[in-house]
Amino acid sequence: MIAIVDYGAGNIFSVKNALDFLGIENKLTADAKDLENADRIILPGVGAFPWAMKKLNESGLVPTIKEQAKVKPFLGICLGMQLIFDKGYEFEETDGLGLIKGSVEKIEREKLSVPHMGWNSLVYNMECPILRGISEGEYVYFVHSYAAKCNDDSVAAYCDYDGKVTALVYDGKYVIGTQFHPEKSGKTGLKMLKNFSELV
Amino acid sequence: MLAKRIIPCLDVRDGKVVKGINFVGIKEVGDPVECAAEYDRQGADEIVFLDITASNEGRGTMLDVVRRTAQKVFVPLTVGGGIRTIDDFRDTLRAGADKVSVNSAAVKNPQLIKEAADIFGCQCVVVAIDAKKCEDGHYTVVINGGRIDMGIDAVEWAKKAEELGAGEILLTSMDTDGVKGGFDLDMLNAVCSVVKIPVIASGGCGKLEHFTEVFEKTNSSAALAASLFHYKELTVGQVKRELARHDIPVRAT
Repeated sequence: MIAIVDYGAGNIFSVKNALDFLGIENKLTADAKDLENADRIILPGVGAFPWAMKKLNESGLVPTIKEQAKVKPFLGICLGMQLIFDKGYEFEETDGLGLIKGSVEKIEREKLSVPHMGWNSLVYNMECPILRGISEGEYVYFVHSYAAKCNDDSVAAYCDYDGKVTALVYDGKYVIGTQFHPEKSGKTGLKMLKNFSELV
Repeated sequence: MLAKRIIPCLDVRDGKVVKGINFVGIKEVGDPVECAAEYDRQGADEIVFLDITASNEGRGTMLDVVRRTAQKVFVPLTVGGGIRTIDDFRDTLRAGADKVSVNSAAVKNPQLIKEAADIFGCQCVVVAIDAKKCEDGHYTVVINGGRIDMGIDAVEWAKKAEELGAGEILLTSMDTDGVKGGFDLDMLNAVCSVVKIPVIASGGCGKLEHFTEVFEKTNSSAALAASLFHYKELTVGQVKRELARHDIPVRAT
């Protein structure tokens, strides 16, 4: 079973819809026991970093998430991916979950619009198990104004938006984060979710 | 590099697709959910539902359509038509839409754009602008399918919409819409030159070459078409293959 962490963040149903469509057993939950019993965990999220961390802290799930991300596959999506890092700088400095070293900072582009929104192609940087069977250059769907700054050896894929934007991060063990929305990225995204559901 | 997007638009009234379509292999002809799924299979980068329902009861039907579509279509979904209030935005997003497009209500009350962007994020606020050329060469905003001239400069309005927090502009030229002679390149260039946010070109495409033309001659981020895809004159896949042949970046289908 995949536990989808339900901490009050918006639009978590699209992740559930995608898993249901794929026939993957899943549960929206805010119960620490479910996270402990789950085979894998997804942390979704749409919204602002400080607000989401506040919600997560209030849910009391932070210690469980930190502990479980060391022992089972863990996928953060969009804002959920950003929360994986040490710190966020959206509006104000906020502590994140600290699962991967790095921070989340505003995208600055002179000529291009922010948010970075639309289908962008993946440039691989290192292997990541959710990319199995997916070719470099495939397009995935992004909507974000902030992006992760971290060591190159945590980045599995970038995309190009008048400069590199961190698209996919991986700690080499259990923790994976996608800045893009696999649940809105057509067949490619569904394949990634399927891959994730098969990780042990 | 961002791909140029191809967006089929479905006109929906009382839960049914209005334009007569007949996809092969679909039993329930006119079911928007099935039509959206077919466009997804063809490689649509996004799907737009335009609700042309007049009654309030119909709005609930539309939300149900959105809900069911979100269960089987996994590309972004934009819903517009009759959006007037923040509650309309909220209901539509909760049903599973990724973006909401607002047209005449924003012209009448521009603050709606700002309020919606502040609450839901600018990425989900699409401002649809219908415009036509005046005798003096300017473009003017029209509503009610072109029947009412609002006396507002369309280029200025696009700029203002961006400042208020619009995430995208969906620009339909009333001069080229339905004519099938190609997109309104001049109007698109006039708007693209004053905003940084993506502009979706709409109105006028009648053949394959028009898609290539709009991306080669304007900075439009996306092209939208309704009847061309409805009547199976072209598939999304055909359009994308043609664009790829001209080295225009598209998501392969």
